[in-house]
Amino acid sequence: MTGAVSHGDPHAAESGHAQRGISNPILGMALFITSEVMFFSGLFAAYFATRAANQPWPPEAFGELLEPLSLILVATIILILSSFTCQFAVWSIRKGDRAGFIRNISITFVLGIIFLVMQMYDYSILFGEGMTLGSGPFGTTYYTLTGFHGAHVFGGVLMLGVVLYRGLAGQFSAKHHDAVEAVSLYWHFVDVVWILLFSILYLV
Amino acid sequence: MATHALSPAAVPAYRGGIYEWLTTTDHKKIGIMYVINSFLFFLVGGMFALLVRTELAQPGIQFFTNEHVYNESFSIHATVMIFLFIIPMLAGLGNYAVPLMIGAPDMAFPRINALSFWMLPLGGILLLMGFLVPGGAAAAGWTSYPPLSERGALSSPGAGQDLWIVALILIGTSSILGGINFLVTIFKMRAPGMTLFRMPIMVWTILVTSVLVVMATPVITSALVMLFIDRNYGGSFFNPETGGTAVLYQNVFWFYSHPAVYVMVLPAMGVISEVLPVFSRKPLFGYKAFIFATAGIGALGFSVWAHHMFTTGAVFLPFFALMTFFIAVPTGVKMFNWVFTMFRGQLTFSTPLIFAIGFLTMFLIGGINGAFSAAVPVDFALHDTYWVVAHLHYVLFGGSVFGVFAGLYYWFPKMTGRMLDEGLGKVHFALMFIGFNLTFFPMHMLGIKGMPRRIADYASTAGWNDWNLLATVGGFLIGISMLPFIWNVFVSLRNGKVAGDDPWEGNTLEWATSSPPPPYNFDRLPEIRSERPLFDARHGLVAHDTNAPREVEDGQKAIGAGPGEGREGQA
Repeated sequence: MTGAVSHGDPHAAESGHAQRGISNPILGMALFITSEVMFFSGLFAAYFATRAANQPWPPEAFGELLEPLSLILVATIILILSSFTCQFAVWSIRKGDRAGFIRNISITFVLGIIFLVMQMYDYSILFGEGMTLGSGPFGTTYYTLTGFHGAHVFGGVLMLGVVLYRGLAGQFSAKHHDAVEAVSLYWHFVDVVWILLFSILYLV
Repeated sequence: MATHALSPAAVPAYRGGIYEWLTTTDHKKIGIMYVINSFLFFLVGGMFALLVRTELAQPGIQFFTNEHVYNESFSIHATVMIFLFIIPMLAGLGNYAVPLMIGAPDMAFPRINALSFWMLPLGGILLLMGFLVPGGAAAAGWTSYPPLSERGALSSPGAGQDLWIVALILIGTSSILGGINFLVTIFKMRAPGMTLFRMPIMVWTILVTSVLVVMATPVITSALVMLFIDRNYGGSFFNPETGGTAVLYQNVFWFYSHPAVYVMVLPAMGVISEVLPVFSRKPLFGYKAFIFATAGIGALGFSVWAHHMFTTGAVFLPFFALMTFFIAVPTGVKMFNWVFTMFRGQLTFSTPLIFAIGFLTMFLIGGINGAFSAAVPVDFALHDTYWVVAHLHYVLFGGSVFGVFAGLYYWFPKMTGRMLDEGLGKVHFALMFIGFNLTFFPMHMLGIKGMPRRIADYASTAGWNDWNLLATVGGFLIGISMLPFIWNVFVSLRNGKVAGDDPWEGNTLEWATSSPPPPYNFDRLPEIRSERPLFDARHGLVAHDTNAPREVEDGQKAIGAGPGEGREGQA
């Protein structure tokens, strides 16, 4: 993963080539997140186009279901909190504080799972009220956007699990923790997407 | 310090032939597999094209049993050619060339590189499996506009359309992972001295292409996902009956698919920008201008998608027409780059150069008739006629495919250590060039005479008979032109002239290592002080480092030598 000349080249350091700036895995993750942003841009564009073509929005049948001051607000706060704990974990491992890192990444991992459970509970309520993917533009866009976000949270929880496992195995240190940095970038991205989703679905 | 000696990493344990290829993470083997896989799909896509041309040779339905099979044929033809041939073929050439050109031992993420490749045959098989399911393969065109592609008795009831969606999501994911890999490789893995503005043009075009892939491909993934939800879970994204918007699909689709046109042509431009200087014995005219033009095309590419949708009445016509005209400017800059590279050069008409000239001339026609169609009134008249078919083939076949073959003839010696036969190569070019123009030039006439695309039958009195017959004859000539190429590859692999490290006297780093290169690519690298490090090495770095102390290492190759040594090597 080091550059072309890292193995055995005495001049690598003096030519300033070896490991300068952002590392390969973190740059790779940043680019992956860029592509994910574009994926959600497509879904958001579809949401706004559908919403503009269907008034009133939300339709009266489902209007009272989307009450922002409810379970979903708690879920939102939990996800935002998990972004903070994730960043605390990064700061801990940067200082070489492994215990603090494990503690914070465990909390993040658990908060992520709680968010997913709450989302499933929310879905069960909505299904109970007769709102499905097939019940018109509102149901389609609601489940597609929150569903793909939930899938990304699920992916993030898996990544957090891997990072936690590797942390427990003692694989990270102040110098070597690219995976932690990359996963935390991804987790923040998932959080930002949710804040936007919550805003357009529940507030605006 | 004259050289950067590179000691190889530990040599991997030997694994038997086929197992080695199936499990490799070597970018060169993966690149070659990309090329072979793409070429096979090129033949598959070509078969479908010939079926389409056979049906259209004469008015009436004489070849297919019904029109639905015809619809499947042109849909699968286009899908295969775009997503399984041109895009991965160019990605494959890039995969092979980019790490070598920047002096890297491999791509940044070798295992992700292997994953990107293996998703392609999987996607291709899924796509073609559509022919085995009830209702047949996808038949809504490669654009798959709703309502044609929605599930319905009169549109696309079968699972073929779903297989098409899943295949394209897989192939798109492969592209995105490949694009990320290219970007990290180019930004992080360059050899000492290889600054951004000393990178070969091919690397620059792959860089811009990768940005387009990473930014645009996820958007079509979102369109495909929505289409899938509409078809399978009763969603109402694109179905106006239940409150959806049909034009939404076109917007999201073309937001990817127009930049995809540049994904399909920029790397081919990169290939000929490597070929033309080498066979003209001159540096590329206007190196930086070319780079800025490439970046300009990439940036403008995101603001022109709706020129595919002029006749929907749902887009702001002046803006998209104007931006489309603007794209002609950086493209025109590139034409000057290429023409003035050749101007007063010592041209050697080897096969790669001939194919590059084929690109130049045919892409010029494709570009001009494209700018012509960008005018709104013209587009209203020509929309969905054979004019569009002519235009896109002049760009993607006359441009990209000629560029692909230029690249294959150019890098074949590096990939295999053998030269392709020049005579057979020229026969291949002549047949393909004549066949191409016979096929696609008449389509301009058909378009102007009003023949719509995607029809299986036409009236014998419409005046389209002769041009259609001519196009069919040309189509088969293109098919025949592949025979000398395939024969050439097989013969040359066994008996071709041994290439040596640098058969073309190239400028870029891939020619500094053996043919084929070792798994770790380079034993040592020449100093990199310009965008033509091998030229500098051959001619002794005349312009650079004249005061540098001379170092002589016994047995060192001329290209690795310091100032002055290379000149002796030349003499």
